[in-house]
Amino acid sequence: MNVKEKLLKSFFVENPVTGLLLGLCPTLATTTSAENGLGMGLATTFVLVSSNVVISLLRNVIPNRVRIPSFIVVIATFVTIVDMGMQATLYDLHKTLGLFIPLIVVNCIILGRAEAFASKNNLWDSFLDGLFMGLGFTFSLFILGSVREILGTGNWLGMALVPGDWSTILVFVLAPGAFLSLGFILVGMNKIARVIEGGK
Amino acid sequence: MTDLALIIVSAVFVNNVIFSRFLGLCPYFGVSKKLDTAIGMSMAVIFVLTLAGTITYIIQTYLLVPLNIGYLQTIAFILIIASLVQFVEIVMKKVAPTLYRGLGIFLPLITTNCAILGISILSVQFKYDLIETIIFSFGSALGFGLALIIFSSVREALDTREIPKAFVGAPIAMIVAGILAMAFMGFSGMVK
Repeated sequence: MNVKEKLLKSFFVENPVTGLLLGLCPTLATTTSAENGLGMGLATTFVLVSSNVVISLLRNVIPNRVRIPSFIVVIATFVTIVDMGMQATLYDLHKTLGLFIPLIVVNCIILGRAEAFASKNNLWDSFLDGLFMGLGFTFSLFILGSVREILGTGNWLGMALVPGDWSTILVFVLAPGAFLSLGFILVGMNKIARVIEGGK
Repeated sequence: MTDLALIIVSAVFVNNVIFSRFLGLCPYFGVSKKLDTAIGMSMAVIFVLTLAGTITYIIQTYLLVPLNIGYLQTIAFILIIASLVQFVEIVMKKVAPTLYRGLGIFLPLITTNCAILGISILSVQFKYDLIETIIFSFGSALGFGLALIIFSSVREALDTREIPKAFVGAPIAMIVAGILAMAFMGFSGMVK
């Protein structure tokens, strides 16, 4: 499979969030705005790429029976690096994302890719797999964050899209809005998939 | 005493793990199709979360803080939780085989339940003492169970209803969760 096909696949068909429903906690919790969604997505991408690379390099060294604990240690190391790096450089974003930075360690996408891909493939393929999966995840978080931010506050990436005297639907930046937005995005994607299949 | 009661009410209703903290969503959507499995999962989470909260508190206070290695918190906690789950599984198989048959299949899944790690880290951040940590972990797990059991009852009822084809499966589950979250918002402001 060539690189372009793989990229498209990880964005739409095998997208971790909308296709496989993995990593829902950070997806729903941190997407109160497009910027937060983007930040969370990129932090996860960094951990995913790094852990995929290291696990691929060590794939012949790690004994099969202790592979899961070993993967967890590798992932936890990179999560700690991101946690401290963000605290030092992006303090405000780190404060907003809060608990969900250390929780990247239990994001099933990362352990899933380590087990299903990086432990069986070479360095370059694992790097690309981590990068594409991470970008697919970031893409979903960005879209969900944008929907919630625009409907909930009328702003998008700091720009005001709605005149100030219009009222916005505040519930979309609160907890229920997270579930509802993702629910309706999934409905839309199902509908599109059905139309495409029907047209064939 | 009232402090402890407030911690419980806050953890179960006001700051519910699912609807307000967004922790443990994978098992929440994964094992909520049937009421029986939801009850089994809730029991397993209540048991493991209370235990994990207590042990991580002890490790944090008597090992990580005195040795000044707080930065190893994430790695230490996740390893403790993973081995704790394994340990509980082995002990339970030997000591309480009936209970093991009931909860057994849910135990391995709990390691990747982010509610366990999340609540352990939160009780350190909130600077709770030992008793408060135990109550907080237990209350949060109870809140998870409550949310899961309500949700699975609704999903069982949905099975027999006619819903538009594009909504079947995950989308309708999300929308049900959204409406439940709105109901739980009614509790907000009751306690901090």
